[in-house]
Amino acid sequence: MSAAVPTPSGYFDCRDSFANVIETLAEADPRIVTVVSDSVGSSKLTGFRKKFPERMVNVGIAEQVLVAVGAGLANGGKVPFVSAASCFLTGRALEQVKADVAYSNVNVKLIGQSSGVAYGELGPTHHSIEDMAWLRPLSNLTVIVPSDPWETAEAVRFAARHEGPVFIRVSRMPVPALERKNPVFTVGKAEVLREGGDIAIIANGVMVHRALAAAAALAGEGIEARVVNMSSINPLDEEAILAAAKTGAVVTAEEHSVRGGLGGAVAEVLATHRPVPMSILGFPGFVPTGSAEWLLEHFGLTPAGIAEAARRTLARKAQ
Amino acid sequence: MSSSAPAHHMQTNDLVSAIRAKALWIRRRSFQMVYEAQQGHPGGDFSAADILATLYFGVLRFDPTRPNDPARDRFVMSKGHCTGAFYSVLAAAGYFPEAELSTYMLPLSRLNGHPNRNYLPGVETNTGPLGHGLPVATGIAIAGQIDGADFRTFVLTGDGELQEGSNWEAALTAAHRKLENLTLIIDRNRLQQGARTEETASLDPLDDKWRAFGWHVEIVDGHDHARLLDILSVSPKGRGKPLCVIANTFKGKGVSFMHDNVAWHHGVPNKEQYEQAMAELV
Repeated sequence: MSAAVPTPSGYFDCRDSFANVIETLAEADPRIVTVVSDSVGSSKLTGFRKKFPERMVNVGIAEQVLVAVGAGLANGGKVPFVSAASCFLTGRALEQVKADVAYSNVNVKLIGQSSGVAYGELGPTHHSIEDMAWLRPLSNLTVIVPSDPWETAEAVRFAARHEGPVFIRVSRMPVPALERKNPVFTVGKAEVLREGGDIAIIANGVMVHRALAAAAALAGEGIEARVVNMSSINPLDEEAILAAAKTGAVVTAEEHSVRGGLGGAVAEVLATHRPVPMSILGFPGFVPTGSAEWLLEHFGLTPAGIAEAARRTLARKAQ
Repeated sequence: MSSSAPAHHMQTNDLVSAIRAKALWIRRRSFQMVYEAQQGHPGGDFSAADILATLYFGVLRFDPTRPNDPARDRFVMSKGHCTGAFYSVLAAAGYFPEAELSTYMLPLSRLNGHPNRNYLPGVETNTGPLGHGLPVATGIAIAGQIDGADFRTFVLTGDGELQEGSNWEAALTAAHRKLENLTLIIDRNRLQQGARTEETASLDPLDDKWRAFGWHVEIVDGHDHARLLDILSVSPKGRGKPLCVIANTFKGKGVSFMHDNVAWHHGVPNKEQYEQAMAELV
């Protein structure tokens, strides 16, 4: 468990988990370096810079060379963690991510910080609700969307020991530490956090604790919802998706566009192998001005919104 | 240059003769590849042939049986469309059998239109989209700088390719970090796919641009093996700056009807043209 510090409300900023783990790993593994684009503070890497000044490469505000330098450092035997705001890391440098990292299949770790709508009022230029759609088709690239501080820490440890390209989506939106009876992190394996036979809610990232709250509310109405944490987008746990579909209805929830993300991935599997009534919760496209919390509320990405979508989807199952 | 460098194994005149012979072989072999595949970029293959021959047979320290040796000098082929010349020089350098060149662009061949490091030893990074080689080479050079390693990193770009902004991001980074272990060679043939560079998005004064970015600049005839050897062999230690070599070249160099002719960017020869070119390439 990382030494992430909870806020007074008991919520955590997952960037702290990333920063704490990378500092610890770097002490033991001299190959680990960080690469940033004037994104030291926003990546919570001031501590790393203080401990390992010669092992941080700051290229300035230049995302194309940011990612390419990561690929070059890997060629030179380093294990680079390339950390920048997810909107710029993926959107601005997408061709470098595709050609230099994924297609070249090199040992680069991409950390997409402050993903989703975490930058709320700054608007769609700074939101990263398209990143999963851009990255999901890239072969070789492992893509992880952790749900809480423990899973973020585990994902970073995995990335450090895995030989190959990895993308980790790290939110700055505060999330609670999820309760797990038997915490085991395995890339490519979804995690069933709550059993239920009426419907399945598949979520990742900051939506997982909201999905659990929705399931608790539904249980009060006699609806038993299975909650699946699908933090691993590449590779995708198709078995877990098909098992979820045995309930007869599926709702997906993600802090992303409804097009091309988790919902799209689940829909591809279900449409091909086991079609069931399904709802995809996310953002319809560019969103209006508002705080991150307000935007989630406005677009129904709340426990109440997920529960309502579950009821609607269940009604279609009965038809 | 270190004592293990090939330049010290041979008298300079002999070395230059050997490089000249390799460059001729690269032109002949790559043109045969393009003719057989009826695809490729022969004009750029020919403008780069002398630079590649000088690098692989006079400058780079490498062992083709150990393509991932951490101590190897790195060469990044940023103009990844010129695989006729690049694959030919890799085969001549011993990375894979020369006979395999006949599979160029055939289905399931390792010799794709653009190079793939996961198929082919000797390829450092997958290129094809332009403006990718220099930024990756900058990262390789930074790794060497952090480790105090002895290897050098070379990258060959086209000139039209410098219209990609990613190169100038890397230019800033490399100069800021004083990457003297990094050498950029620009194949300055003045022709891009559709027209002259200066008629498209002009690059001149190109040397001033690189100097202003903080690079040491050398201008050389990119078909003069002896001059290329001189400039590329100088030890970078103490220079305190990355090196930019502007190699003035001609697209289609070596064949009369292709010389400085934009039609041969990705033109492919018919039988008569092929035979005429081979008759001239002697």
